[in-house]
Amino acid sequence: MVNWTGKDLLGLEDLSKEEIELILERADSFKEISLRPIKKVPTLRGKTVVLFFFEPSTRTRTSFELAAKRLSADTVSISANTSSMVKGETLKDTVKNIEAMKVDIIVMRHSASGAPHLLAKTVEASVINAGDGCHEHPTQALLDMFTIKEKKGKISGLKISIIGDIAHSRVARSNIWGLTKLGAEVTVCGPPTLIPQGIEKFPVKVTYDIKEAIKDADVLNILRIQLERQKSNLFPSLREYALNFGIDLEKLKFAKPDVLIMHPGPINRGVEISPEVADGPYSVILEQVTNGIAVRMAVLYLVSQKSK
Amino acid sequence: MVLIKGGYLVDPGNKREGVFDILIADGKVIKIEKEINQDAERLINAQGKFILPGLIDMHCHLREPGREDEETLLSGSWAGIRGGFTTLCCMPNTQPPIDNQGVVEYIYNENRKIGLIDIFPIGAITKNREGKELTEIGELKRAGVVAISDDGNCVMDSEVMRRAMEYSKMFDLLVISHCEDINLSCGGLMNEGYISSILGLKGIPRQAETIMVARDLELARLTQARLHIAHVSTKEAVELIRQAKKEGIKVTSETCPHYFSLNEETILGYNTNCKVNPPLRTQEDIEAIKEGLRDGTIDVIATDHAPHTDFEKDTEFEQASFGIIGLETALGITLKELVETKIITLSQLVERMVLYPAKIVGMEKGTIDIGEPAEFIILDLHKSWKVEKEKIVSKSKNTPFLNWTLPGVIEYVFAKGKMVLGNTN
Ligand SMILES: [Zn+2]
Repeated sequence: MVNWTGKDLLGLEDLSKEEIELILERADSFKEISLRPIKKVPTLRGKTVVLFFFEPSTRTRTSFELAAKRLSADTVSISANTSSMVKGETLKDTVKNIEAMKVDIIVMRHSASGAPHLLAKTVEASVINAGDGCHEHPTQALLDMFTIKEKKGKISGLKISIIGDIAHSRVARSNIWGLTKLGAEVTVCGPPTLIPQGIEKFPVKVTYDIKEAIKDADVLNILRIQLERQKSNLFPSLREYALNFGIDLEKLKFAKPDVLIMHPGPINRGVEISPEVADGPYSVILEQVTNGIAVRMAVLYLVSQKSK
Repeated sequence: MVLIKGGYLVDPGNKREGVFDILIADGKVIKIEKEINQDAERLINAQGKFILPGLIDMHCHLREPGREDEETLLSGSWAGIRGGFTTLCCMPNTQPPIDNQGVVEYIYNENRKIGLIDIFPIGAITKNREGKELTEIGELKRAGVVAISDDGNCVMDSEVMRRAMEYSKMFDLLVISHCEDINLSCGGLMNEGYISSILGLKGIPRQAETIMVARDLELARLTQARLHIAHVSTKEAVELIRQAKKEGIKVTSETCPHYFSLNEETILGYNTNCKVNPPLRTQEDIEAIKEGLRDGTIDVIATDHAPHTDFEKDTEFEQASFGIIGLETALGITLKELVETKIITLSQLVERMVLYPAKIVGMEKGTIDIGEPAEFIILDLHKSWKVEKEKIVSKSKNTPFLNWTLPGVIEYVFAKGKMVLGNTN
């Protein structure tokens, strides 16, 4: 079994198959804690975790906060908007200030791709990427993988379709790296305007045909569609998007009977997913949320092994 | 008097190449002969070394007036000297921009006080570089601009560009085009493709450059004006220019050392020192640019020296400024990538870094002539040097070439008749 050696968790592209498996195994043992009446272990007692969110995200922040608290860490939550940075303080200045407070782990969400990488180079504390721009969102992909493994018993050999705005999705990128490293066959599906350039070099299949993406898939991971993309002419209207790519019961007729429906949330009901599907029997969306805490506990635990 | 003995002179403008002695008196070259025996106050032994005319950069950003924290005419002069440049043409994207006679005069006056090297301003094509209204091009020319360009911005309106080119013809003034379709590149941070997709950074498709190169070549065909394409970065642009030259369109072009030495993969890890516009492209583009330099499609190697402070580079990739400093490394990179690899000869290097830029902007420079002020460099190609942040003399340190070992140590620089760099013992 491999040991965790990294100071940070910045993305799944950088991790080996074994490191990803290690996180998932740790998450398995931490999930059990969440089911106890007293959901707390002393693993990170005396450590300070800063939740540093430059983009609003109640969901991911709460998940990390609960994960840290269940490990007995002290947590501080800082929400900054990029506008407060315009006054001349750079990201590095802000972060240096936080580091001067002697924290152990910084969990960071930022709208700029690569912002956590800049941070990781600057500070001694461990940095966990909680989503950077259009780059990666490793803990989301890890919890997706954890959920798939829990439901299907494995990842290797499964056919997984990721549907929606692949070009701008950090969830898609992290899922692509993680799933393919663990041996899944990944298909991405969306209109060509939302498929990134150079996709042919990614280890995935591409289709613009939603039926094709649904047909043999064991898992459909449906991405949230950002309403502002319509303004940049990436698709003509939400209505047309929903017609072509929105997953509803009609389209699900093409799916395997045991297909899993996943969504990283928050959901645009009636756009990328119909309410019947989101709340239906195939949906594991709420289990993803539960598993998110276990996975984040595992990540916090592993990076803390490295941080002083 | 200064006597320089035994150096290997490379002066393609005079078709002179070989071992010569050079005698300087009162700042002027008075003799260039195979063997000069004369008492001089100062004797420089240049045996085994190369003597090249001082380099001419027809595209740099010196930031004065406006951003003196990034660079000044003085610091830029020194950076130039360290890189072997004795003539710089500075782009008009200053604050205020060089879009009127006053700023042109300011630069000439300030540089007269500094007095180290020649600095020639390039004027803006349009007022405030907004791409809308032409500047007083005739006035700018009279004030001494050597070309016009809105560099940093593309003149998006084809009608405005057409009129600028047509009008400049009457002064035989060069129009330098920064080719970028800003609707296509809008918000882009690096070359569009697999690497930008991995990094989650918005891409700039290569067509943002090639579409505008094609447009401007057609406008040059229409207007018969002299067009110079700045910082060519794509293989398609090289091919378009090659065809246009065959068809007799009056076009010249330049590229910069980073476009034939670095590809987009150097950005992996979010290296902001590799963030530049046009963006670093692919290995295929590098090969095409080298071929363009070899066959003469690309006439000039310019630096596009674009200084930015640490504060502007040491930040999130999307926030970081575009640009690379290049004055101090251009010769070394060119020697390493093009001369050592035998893509061009040293004499062709002098053509592309001295002779052609002088010809294209129409300055009477670029050769080592008897009766003219000494303006050349003495280069030791047996030595190499390492690019180190502490040793950079430009005010800004934004270079992707840190820790590169480059061939060719510049031992002496003579500019405007004076020895501005050299051993003082
Ligand atoms: Zn430019």
